[in-house]
Amino acid sequence: MNQNVFIELINPFKDKVFRLAKRLLTSTEEAEDATQEVMVKLWNKKEVLDSYNNIEAVAMTMTKNYCLDQLKSKRAGNLKIVHNNYTDREPQLDKKLEDSNSLEWVEKIINQLPEQLQILIQLRDVEQYEFDEIAKIVNMNETAIRVALSRARKKIRESMVNTHSYGIQ
Amino acid sequence: MEFNKIENLLEKYFQGETSIAEEKELKDYFSSPNVAQHLEQYKPMFGYFSQVKEQKSTQDIPLPKSRDNKRNVAWLSIAASVVVLLGIGTYFYMSEKNAAPAVAQSELGTYDDPEEALAATQKALALLSSNVNVGIGSVQYIKEYEQSKNKIFKQ
Repeated sequence: MNQNVFIELINPFKDKVFRLAKRLLTSTEEAEDATQEVMVKLWNKKEVLDSYNNIEAVAMTMTKNYCLDQLKSKRAGNLKIVHNNYTDREPQLDKKLEDSNSLEWVEKIINQLPEQLQILIQLRDVEQYEFDEIAKIVNMNETAIRVALSRARKKIRESMVNTHSYGIQ
Repeated sequence: MEFNKIENLLEKYFQGETSIAEEKELKDYFSSPNVAQHLEQYKPMFGYFSQVKEQKSTQDIPLPKSRDNKRNVAWLSIAASVVVLLGIGTYFYMSEKNAAPAVAQSELGTYDDPEEALAATQKALALLSSNVNVGIGSVQYIKEYEQSKNKIFKQ
């Protein structure tokens, strides 16, 4: 497989990988690093790539695992760093959110969900994957995915309703 | 009627039971300008999903295209060092091969006849032993010292 063929192959889902990484890692730079990492890993596997029947699902799974690993090591690293630096940031973030628009609110709400739910929301509501595809990516059965997704959506709704009634907007 | 349909879809949506097509319908509805007042609160949610999907990675992915080349370079350098080592090795090997017999011939006398060799060996050994005896002779004096010492110090 040469490079051009590979680029053609990854182009349809390159941005999906990026968006999933951005959902989990938040920062654009880290998401781009993650995308690159995943693509290079795929490229290094190019000899066996043909044997996968769904390369996109493989790529998404790799992205998910890579990002979760990143988060884990980041958290482990954060524990070592002095904590006041972490709490300092909180008021600033709140302040910033006060004058941001409602779409950013949704983003904030989603970011507060557990990672597993964030992944599901990203895959289903943003990328519009079918349930059987999601099942392959996250290695869960479809019923469990539906239940979790319903929980995630309700949580978002709940937070949105709170926002609405407290009149923060 | 439209409201009802959307409300039903929303209900299904929050139960996680909508299909992709139905979800698309919801998205389309909430991105349209005429959203019912009481459903307004869901607008940001679906708006957000559509907005996020527009995000694109701007960077090019630098594939390690040199990976194969790198491997070639590695092999090339290994091959080159083997050649150099072989070159040095054969050079020394050859020069030693040439030099060795010459040294042996000129510096060490050899005898072809065994009797002659025996005689020469005996002569050499006799020379050695006579010199050793000279050494022993001079050590004999020490015995004198010991005798006189024994006379003085009673044990």
